Amino acid sequence: MNMSKTMALQPGDAVPGRDYSPDNVQNFMYSAAIWNAHRIHFDLPYATEVEGYPGIVMSGPMLGDWLTQCVIEWLDGKGRMTHLEYSNRKAAYIGETVTSGGRVLSVDHDNGTARLEIFIKNAAGDVITPGTAVVAFDRA
Amino acid sequence: MNKIQGQANIAEPDGQQTGNANGLLSADLLSCIGRSTAPRTEIASRREIRKYSIATGWQKKEYLDGDEAPPLFHLALFWDIVELDELSPDGVSIDGLLPKFPLEKAMAGGLNIEYFRPIKAGDVLVATRTLTNIYEKAGSQGPIIFYEVVMRVETAAGEPVLTEKTTRLLR
Repeated sequence: MNMSKTMALQPGDAVPGRDYSPDNVQNFMYSAAIWNAHRIHFDLPYATEVEGYPGIVMSGPMLGDWLTQCVIEWLDGKGRMTHLEYSNRKAAYIGETVTSGGRVLSVDHDNGTARLEIFIKNAAGDVITPGTAVVAFDRA
Repeated sequence: MNKIQGQANIAEPDGQQTGNANGLLSADLLSCIGRSTAPRTEIASRREIRKYSIATGWQKKEYLDGDEAPPLFHLALFWDIVELDELSPDGVSIDGLLPKFPLEKAMAGGLNIEYFRPIKAGDVLVATRTLTNIYEKAGSQGPIIFYEVVMRVETAAGEPVLTEKTTRLLR
């Protein structure tokens, strides 16, 4: 009989995350890798004086990527992400440390799937990038 | 021009909504719903996957080596490449799929992605973007226009890879 990898999972289980403290180099490389020339991500005088931000803005989809790292690292090769949804609710700035994390929302043992809540928080503890993901575990 | 890559400090307006409205959306504007871009074909090269994986700080070897692409790599692969004079002064490319909206301040947006199979080095992928919805809601600080764009990514053989729905808010 196949034992689903979900057997040990319970709603509320933590999905561990990581701290991210991107500097200008990483933020630049991200903009370059996706070919985004939006000045708020590299031009400090423009970001602060023209757009009124307090600093260089971390790229929204970079925060989204860190949500996916949280899911994929937790899966640890035992399944795949079938669905991802997130929104960028609040900006973060270079110099800040943000933290990913999440928890199991529900488990479908019959289908070997789980639904996760995932988030990026800033240092003040505000969820700046909330999301959910659905994962499907490989059958044993 | 819509600054679609920006972020704003204002959090979700959803809690403040008082209902649907249609005051700002002309019939001409609404007639743009359903328009699509021409299909775009790109090769997922190992080099591009590696650049993306390193820039985002991945620790997974298959991604860092460029064998397989991380889940949001398609954002990089299908980001618009335009000539310098097609960039606005703030460095943003103008999205030709979008009509001119009567509101232009871009607010927080969201992504909703369904995955069918991973992207591997050397895959030839085809993306088509469709403007699938435009609607207006009344927010506490004035009207908000929402629009949705669906990007469908397939292999050259037509096998689905992922479908991504982007929702953007304009105020």
